[in-house]
Amino acid sequence: MTRMEVKVSRRRLLEGGVAFGGALALPGHLKAQPGTVKVGILQPVTGAVAFEGTHGRIGAEAALKQINDAGGIKSLGGARLEMVFGDARSTPEGGTAEVERLAAEGVSAIVGGYASPICLAASQAAARYDLPYIVDVGVADQIVQRGLTNTFRFAPGFGIVSKQAIDNLVTLNDAAGKPAKTVVLVHEDGLFGAGLTKLMQAELPKRGFEILDTISHPTPARDMTNVVLQIRAKNPDLVIPSNYYVEFVLLERAMQQQKIRPKGVYCVLNGGASNYRFVKEFPDAAQYVMDCNHWHDPTNPAAQALRKAVEASGEVFTYNVSLNYSAVLLLADAIERAASPDRKAIIAALATSTFAGHIMPYGPTKFTNGQNEGAAPVNTQVQDGDIKVIFPSRYADAKPVFPVPA
Amino acid sequence: MFALPLLVASILNGLMTGAVYALIAVGLTLVYGVLHIINFAHGAILTAAMFAAFLAFRAGIDPYLAMVPLALLFFGLGYAMQRLVIGPASHGDDRNILLVTLGLAIVIENLLLAAFKSDTRTIEVPYGFATIDLGFTFVVVPLAIGFAVSCAAAALLWVLLARTDTGKAIRAVAKEKLGAALAGIDVAHIYAVTFGLGAACLAVAACLLLPTYYVNPRVGNAYVLVAFTIVVLGGMGSIAGAIAGGLFIGVVESLSGLFFGESLGQLGIFLIFILVLLVRPTGLFGARA
Repeated sequence: MTRMEVKVSRRRLLEGGVAFGGALALPGHLKAQPGTVKVGILQPVTGAVAFEGTHGRIGAEAALKQINDAGGIKSLGGARLEMVFGDARSTPEGGTAEVERLAAEGVSAIVGGYASPICLAASQAAARYDLPYIVDVGVADQIVQRGLTNTFRFAPGFGIVSKQAIDNLVTLNDAAGKPAKTVVLVHEDGLFGAGLTKLMQAELPKRGFEILDTISHPTPARDMTNVVLQIRAKNPDLVIPSNYYVEFVLLERAMQQQKIRPKGVYCVLNGGASNYRFVKEFPDAAQYVMDCNHWHDPTNPAAQALRKAVEASGEVFTYNVSLNYSAVLLLADAIERAASPDRKAIIAALATSTFAGHIMPYGPTKFTNGQNEGAAPVNTQVQDGDIKVIFPSRYADAKPVFPVPA
Repeated sequence: MFALPLLVASILNGLMTGAVYALIAVGLTLVYGVLHIINFAHGAILTAAMFAAFLAFRAGIDPYLAMVPLALLFFGLGYAMQRLVIGPASHGDDRNILLVTLGLAIVIENLLLAAFKSDTRTIEVPYGFATIDLGFTFVVVPLAIGFAVSCAAAALLWVLLARTDTGKAIRAVAKEKLGAALAGIDVAHIYAVTFGLGAACLAVAACLLLPTYYVNPRVGNAYVLVAFTIVVLGGMGSIAGAIAGGLFIGVVESLSGLFFGESLGQLGIFLIFILVLLVRPTGLFGARA
């Protein structure tokens, strides 16, 4: 009986959803006037990764506002960019459904996605409409290995980040006189954490590190004390965590409670170590944590101005903000050069982009098979309540502190 | 094989997390035992209680001091919710209650999302990192307090049910609704009191969790599935079963995390769950149907 009721209600829900979707789409068509180019911003603003998605949206909105305030797209007679927002609801299905809606509403391109599974599904759905899709974060390398001509990733993927992370770790350790020899890897068991750890397990022993243990944990995890007890039993020189924000906070907190002080905590693409909220809420636990991650160029004045504006509004300046801000500027540049809201023309313009007006430490953009060749992560370290760039020296605003003083 | 100190530390940790699971499960099982419905809004109410404790902390009130006032507040809210929303909306049909609580869960979660946004927040209390040195491990003070208070709250609830008139009335309604009504017990009132008690348990659990945990609009969900498991394991509607089940699940989760890896920590829980259902379908403490 109960099951039947659920079925009926689901069907009703679907009917409602279709009617609602239609109602949304209709005014969209009516509103379309000459002089606007519609841009789809797709972010997960509800569900498990809503925090990241919300910040992606903040970055995208800041860029759109800046372009419109500066007179819009000049090659289209000052056409304004109009945001059509889609909530990916933290799932690939949610992302795909919103791509369909955005396509029906007549957007010229889509920016966003955040999580790898969402980016994979959404860019593929967009490909059916020849709709240019700029991936903001999505680090899984399959995203740009499927031969989809509509898909462009502005930020670095897994392969680049993990190689850079290991290279930088070796450099850091050598410069300090090789204090770290043993490592424990802690990772979340999804696509991101497990994939990264596999690369590390293959590469670290070749570079002279001994892996004492590899501990995986689920997301969300209710408690990280067990993980920390195991770390303590192994007593490694270095802990390398790859996990999301909440689990990282629980891990760091439990490490402090159990009085574990390794010579360094070296994160790779970590959700917490590059988050000002963590730094602010747990200054002691956060001190000297290093991360190899997406990060804005701290020497760039536009980045400094954006950070100030975002923080003034009471928000946290995360890399989601800077990446989406940059990705929307990149798209606007392509529309400018294409001088057309036509999807195919924008894809062609993106493919030949040399855009350098972004705030990431990447240099001029150059897409090869959809991947921005200049994209690279940087190493950050939490120092006295701030997040500083310590590598590469070109963008660095602080010197690394390693090993961590006892 | 793991060294003995690590095993003991892991069991201690399991007991301490399990005690809070138990308290959350007690609220759920109480509502099931009396109203005969699964309260789908349980996780959402827990989330709301954690935000309430978070707001209290922002206003300068320590979560442990806020515990009693918040328990009273959530008792009132739970009472009102059952009396004014769930009861009238269900028109006396159990399946309707199910859907109403599901709807409430969605409403509460999204209201919290609208009010607090999706940020994950934590609080830093002076005792957050305080530990007791046992030589082979450190017992985290807030977790130890969580264990003690959970046990005390469960005991208090048991005394309330066993020794007071309201408790008698609750047990009467749980056993035989019609009979209780004929004996002059206001069933609608007792339903609401029970729902209020369930919400109060969550408020206490929220105050115990907050010093070492985090809060965001989805935080309650992480606890609900495990609470359901505990309720079935302990016997639907059994308070003692929920407490024993909670502690047991905490230890099993901790140990299976150690032996099978954290990712498969849940495996131990569900293996035992299936075994119990096969061998003793009414649960550890459940009455025979």
